[in-house]
Amino acid sequence: MTRAATDPLPRISSQPRRGAWAVLRERVIEACLLLAAISSILITSGIVFILVSESLPFFRHVSVIEFLTARHWTPLFDNPSFGILPLVSGTLLTTFVALLIAMPVGTIIAIWLSEFAPPKLRELVKPLLEMLAAVPTVVYGYFAVTILSPLLQRALSPIYPDIATFNVLCAGLVMGLMIVPYVCSLSEDAMRAVPMLLREGSYGMGANRTTTALRVVFPAALSGIAAAYTLAISRAVGETMIVAIAAGMQPNLPTIHLLQPLDTFENVFLSPSATISAFIVQVSQGDLPHGTIGYQSIFAAGITLFVMTLGFNLLGAALRRRYRQGY
Amino acid sequence: MRPIQHIIRKGQLQDQLFKVLGVGLTLVCLGALGALVFNLAIDGLPRLTLAFLSSFPSRRPDDAGILSAWVGSLLIMILTGLLAIPLGIAAGIYLEEYARKNWFTALIEVNIANLAGVPSIIYGLMALGLLVYRFQLGQSIITAGITLAFLILPIVIVATREALRAIPQNMREAAYALGASRWQVMKDHLLPYSAGGISTGVIIALGRAIGETAPLVTIGALTYIAFLPPVPLTHTQGGQLVGLFDWAKSPFTVLPIQMFNWVSRPGDDFQANAAATGLVLMIATLGMNAIAITIRYRIRRRIKW
Repeated sequence: MTRAATDPLPRISSQPRRGAWAVLRERVIEACLLLAAISSILITSGIVFILVSESLPFFRHVSVIEFLTARHWTPLFDNPSFGILPLVSGTLLTTFVALLIAMPVGTIIAIWLSEFAPPKLRELVKPLLEMLAAVPTVVYGYFAVTILSPLLQRALSPIYPDIATFNVLCAGLVMGLMIVPYVCSLSEDAMRAVPMLLREGSYGMGANRTTTALRVVFPAALSGIAAAYTLAISRAVGETMIVAIAAGMQPNLPTIHLLQPLDTFENVFLSPSATISAFIVQVSQGDLPHGTIGYQSIFAAGITLFVMTLGFNLLGAALRRRYRQGY
Repeated sequence: MRPIQHIIRKGQLQDQLFKVLGVGLTLVCLGALGALVFNLAIDGLPRLTLAFLSSFPSRRPDDAGILSAWVGSLLIMILTGLLAIPLGIAAGIYLEEYARKNWFTALIEVNIANLAGVPSIIYGLMALGLLVYRFQLGQSIITAGITLAFLILPIVIVATREALRAIPQNMREAAYALGASRWQVMKDHLLPYSAGGISTGVIIALGRAIGETAPLVTIGALTYIAFLPPVPLTHTQGGQLVGLFDWAKSPFTVLPIQMFNWVSRPGDDFQANAAATGLVLMIATLGMNAIAITIRYRIRRRIKW
């Protein structure tokens, strides 16, 4: 195209022209987005504020020492006792059983998916396994009492002829099934992020797949796997409905005799128990007038649970830093 | 016997064993999921009739239904979505595209990671103390909606950030080079490209919210509700006009709470009701998850940057 010499050149500026309105609009939008991001901090502050302010009256009534050392938790009885230990032990025991299942099973499935399974199969199996985490927990509770509990009673009847319908083992096993995908999905992501070079080095040295997976890929992905484990622990510690339905809602501190392992096993794993979260649900189901000791006790239990999960999360963050690898 | 072949043979055997172990454990887990669904279907399918879906709960197990429960679940999901989706996406956009790297951004990020690990029942306690008693919202649909919105907010934020992070940097640079402003790049390019990933996350989050029981028990959901929330702009029996938002102040029950109530009762009849409710819940959550997985799969196949 030709241009007559007298035509003015098109106007070019270093900055695109924007009116004051456009600039203002950009500012307003950014401010709104910032507000949305800040809302998450408000939620955390709300949680901490409410837990502390609503449980303060409780700790004015019950000393922290009694709360942490007394051996019975009967806040709603006429002669109440406020020892959180039975609830903590119930929480830790169900979590322990769940992890005993979920950690090995989840890790082995993750290794299989990442190092052995053909990609097409992996694309199919992974979402199916993730469905396990999507099942509503109240449905798991139903599964525990209608299927697993009778099954356990029959399987264990030669040794323990009359175990309780609601027990720690049953709740813990179902919870383990629920958290398998949390372990396996994140661990698998972490292992697949390990560069191919490391595997090739290992194969080049003559190692087989199993050795490569266990001795090279697994340690290299340990930071991500630790993250998966902590998430699983957090889920298990805070899980509510499965234990509320299947563990029996009876806070007890199991008695342990070192010389009678069979009895001890029954006391610890085959008797009814209650977790912190199950207690909160149990009390909330009834009418709960604001300001009563029952109302305050669920916040005291809640702050204990919050501190426990926060502890596990911080531990997880520390582990992740400790084992982080630069590839 | 030549030793090298012996070693190779041993290694191959080990690999085979590990494969069998992996496949076996996967099948056990999927089998358990199958048994769970099958068990629900056997116990609950005979009860799952139109009458069951359109009756209120009752003392007599054969007359009982889940009308108030599914209406409650639906209304609460709408409120939760209306709150959590815009808030979560906006927060995700800010953190991924706008935020400068400073201590404040780092604080928000650590905070969101921790929020995702907070047990759901703690959200219920927070809502009980804050929304029910301090803000006087009562044990109502609006309280439940806000509680669940808070609960799924971290999931929506994380999903939004991951979807945005997957878009290559040169898309942004090309748009800026043509003189687009920050927001124009966002709304005309990044949001449309990430829409699939974001909606996957949102659907998974809502699927989690619909099965959530514990926080709603804590804020005081009732189990026996024999009425529906008032329909806006109709007249009550007393002749008063129902306000546009009166339904949000109504007491409520939801599907998982109804199921929990029936599970805790003795007697096979109530157990069958529980199974039927569980079946409805499973169809809702697994259906939503299936949709999310399909969307994710489609995007992965379609988009090649």
